[in-house]
Amino acid sequence: MNSQLLSLAVWVPILGAVPVFWIGSERRTLVRWLSLVVAVAGFLVTIPLYTGFDTSTAGMQFVEQTPWITRFNVQYLLGVDGISMPFILLNSLITVLVVLAGWEVIEDKQAQYMGAFLVMSGLMNGIFCALDGVLFYVFFEASLIPMYIIIGAWGGPNRVYAAIKFFLYTLLGSLLMLVALIWLFLESGGSFNILDWHQMRIGMGPQILIFIAFLVSFAVKVPMWPVHTWLPDAHVEAPTGGSVVLAAIALKLGAYGFVRFSLPIVPDASHHLAPLIVALSLIAVIYIGFVALVQTDMKKLIAYSSISHMGFVTLGFFIFNQIGIEGALVQMISHGFVSAAMFLCVGVMYDRMHSRMIADYGGVVNTMPKFAALFVFFAMANSGLPATSGFVGEFMVILGAIKFNFWVGFAAATTLILGAAYTLWMIKRVVFGEVGNAHVAELKDIGSREFLVLGLLAACVLAMGVYPFPFTEVMHASVDNLLKHVAASKL
Amino acid sequence: MLNNFVMPDLYPAAPEIFLLLMSFLVLFVDLVFGATHRWMAAMLTVITLLGCAAITLVTSDGQTTLTFSNMFVDDLLSDFLKLMTYLAVIMMLVYSRQYMADRGLDKGEFYVLVLYATLGMMVMISAANFLTMYLGLELMSLSLYGLVAIDRDSPRATEAAMKYFVLGALASGLLLYGMSMIYGATGSLEIGGVAQALYHGQSEKSVLVFGLVFLVSGVAFKLGLVPFHMWIPDVYHGAPTAVTMFIGSAPKLAAFAMALRLLVYALFGLAVDWQKMLLIMALLSIGLGNLAAIAQTNIKRMLAYSAISHMGYMVLGLMSGVVGGQVDAFTAVNAYSSALYYTVAYVLMSLGAFGMVLLLSRAGYEAENLEDFKGLNKRSPWFAAMMLIIMFSMAGIPFFIGFFAKFAVLLAAIKAGYTAVAVIAVMFSLVGAFYYLRVVKLMYFDTPVDSAPITAGADLRLLLSLNGLAVAAFGLFPDLVMMVCTTALMRSL
Repeated sequence: MNSQLLSLAVWVPILGAVPVFWIGSERRTLVRWLSLVVAVAGFLVTIPLYTGFDTSTAGMQFVEQTPWITRFNVQYLLGVDGISMPFILLNSLITVLVVLAGWEVIEDKQAQYMGAFLVMSGLMNGIFCALDGVLFYVFFEASLIPMYIIIGAWGGPNRVYAAIKFFLYTLLGSLLMLVALIWLFLESGGSFNILDWHQMRIGMGPQILIFIAFLVSFAVKVPMWPVHTWLPDAHVEAPTGGSVVLAAIALKLGAYGFVRFSLPIVPDASHHLAPLIVALSLIAVIYIGFVALVQTDMKKLIAYSSISHMGFVTLGFFIFNQIGIEGALVQMISHGFVSAAMFLCVGVMYDRMHSRMIADYGGVVNTMPKFAALFVFFAMANSGLPATSGFVGEFMVILGAIKFNFWVGFAAATTLILGAAYTLWMIKRVVFGEVGNAHVAELKDIGSREFLVLGLLAACVLAMGVYPFPFTEVMHASVDNLLKHVAASKL
Repeated sequence: MLNNFVMPDLYPAAPEIFLLLMSFLVLFVDLVFGATHRWMAAMLTVITLLGCAAITLVTSDGQTTLTFSNMFVDDLLSDFLKLMTYLAVIMMLVYSRQYMADRGLDKGEFYVLVLYATLGMMVMISAANFLTMYLGLELMSLSLYGLVAIDRDSPRATEAAMKYFVLGALASGLLLYGMSMIYGATGSLEIGGVAQALYHGQSEKSVLVFGLVFLVSGVAFKLGLVPFHMWIPDVYHGAPTAVTMFIGSAPKLAAFAMALRLLVYALFGLAVDWQKMLLIMALLSIGLGNLAAIAQTNIKRMLAYSAISHMGYMVLGLMSGVVGGQVDAFTAVNAYSSALYYTVAYVLMSLGAFGMVLLLSRAGYEAENLEDFKGLNKRSPWFAAMMLIIMFSMAGIPFFIGFFAKFAVLLAAIKAGYTAVAVIAVMFSLVGAFYYLRVVKLMYFDTPVDSAPITAGADLRLLLSLNGLAVAAFGLFPDLVMMVCTTALMRSL
């Protein structure tokens, strides 16, 4: 079963970026359309991954294997299971939206902007489908480079600080992971295959150390409290597209790392240290929820809300039951849609007003009714309203948490109040009420391009909220298998 | 007496002999045509090096051949290192052509000194005897002292040359002293002979270890390891950029050969002792190099400190060949080939980085401050991308060759049980990432200070592009260079 689909998903955007860079920013129309073509092509090649997916098996599908570095037995090994496949689609879709979102607003070096996003899209796909430790690491690290450039070159006033902080924070984590990967390679007798590592026996001491190495790496990426401080900075300074990719995809990488590495490779350490992760997750959910409440900058508020939502994801993983893990995965995808949409909405307003401050707005609904409708809808999804995707994931995780321990579930459930509080309060101040000032009075409603982008996301959010079965269906077998791995001691 | 004289086999030393003869020709040509046709000496130098490469390739049979009464060795490792040396020197010559011409420094002496320095490196690479090693080292060093001072009107360059000379002489003295101690203890100057004597274990251990300390100091000086690194920032900073590029590239290969021949080939029996010394020096180099580089505003000084830290990483591989006094061929080859790979990767990156400095320099202007890189993306997106590749490669970020070099070295270190050391090393590479990121920041996020058009010639542009792309390509496909390094080492141990 050798298919090239995953290679296409990885390399179509990356190679497509080359002509985009080459054309240069002078020929703007050509650059935009070419970027869009590449992004759409990148999305189209991922669709067969879903349609051709076999939901009955937990094994890896669409596997590609070629030796890459024979010296260390490193393979170019790609494959997806039900856990990783949806993220490749999500990522490729988000890339299309990001290209559309940067259509007019990016005036400076547009070719490089578009090219950087395309490269990043390919690299992110690589992370989700790499089954070789080194290959994973290489994609994981390389994806920092375009993001660093995007934040630093097209960001806000404090962009340099934010870009360097983002890079160094993430690098800190991944360097420890590299040591852990090499250790696993040596201990497994010379294999970098992640699936081989799933079968390996490891003593408790090394397990704890490996778990910590992975934890540092993934916790920074998720980000979990207390290593989350880079995220608000990065989000606030990044251009809209950067924030979207960061929230929708980059944060998922950390969470994905937990299910691909930590849980199956070191299950005993995971069980042993689960209380720690659960505690950190609850802190993220509750404390960061309160922090979000007091923000005056919309992007910052959404950034904190992302941290809080990602706390749900890590919580779902470390309560070790089917509904919790599936809920966490659903929450990841849902958050991908919702946070992307929220950042795009803020971007729409920022493009017009050049301000992200809540205080500068008020009564936007009067001048931008179409936009306001969509924004309110996404805000509802963000606060977990039933019939939106935000509800499904949170509800499943809360159910799982109550099974695990009533009080954990109870604490997690407070997010339904907190999330609603900070999101809706922001909406009240920004969208509703009297027209706040003269600038708001002059706002123009969204055009068809913006409407297309937001409308597409709204459709996804609604579809997932009303009928989540197609999403959970593909995960089932893989999550079952994961739980089996986690339950079996490897001591 | 004469009856006992046996004509040595000259065949293994053919490239050295060819280079020496050609250097006379360069001197002669420069004497006759130097005033009117300066390009002739340059052209002849490149031809000489290409000829050497051809000879080395043709005579390379993969066998280990000793000649000159076991003073000189020709094996696959030496062939490989020499080829890399020629490549580095040719690249340096192409990079620096215009720079030297703009400053009136493209005199015949420059080319002859470069050739002699190269010859010195070749002798070091092929040394099978302590004296040959010393001979090569001195030939290389003396030529380099001269090269640093080639711009004799520059007080900074003269000062750097003086510093280099005094410290270098001290280091040579230490090395020679160490060699004499080891000779005293083992009764042999031959690398093979010393190894034999150590194997039989009849030598006085205390004398040996005493000598070893001096020997390691000498090697560390040439590699530029802390605490023998003091000359590096000043010399890198003071020398004309083209010479800095030369010092920062090919001699690292020779220094690697020296470390390998002296420590591994000759003093393998004392591995447990020198391992500890190297370990401390490696960590100090990685730490100090990365920390001090942050404080620099001059890119040549920054690259100097970065060189110190890179050599620290390289040594990390070199010391990981022996695990707890136990020798295991696989581990040894793995470790030494990782160090070799690191050196080759570093030379490639270092050439590119200094090539960028040369690209931005022009007649009457030295682009040696970090400021000069500001807004390069606006001035030339292509070369900004090349510098981006080189900087991220040096920082050890994939998909570039620098990552795989670090990866190989870390793997060797962890395999040898130095997991904690590896963790410290990667933490310092985080510190190091900062100053490489700063260069990228200057290029991409800032507006240009110097907005003059880039005037560098087509040869430099082409070579720099190839160099940058090679850093990326050997990162995407690291297998080839890794296999070559491993094979060369395996066949020569």
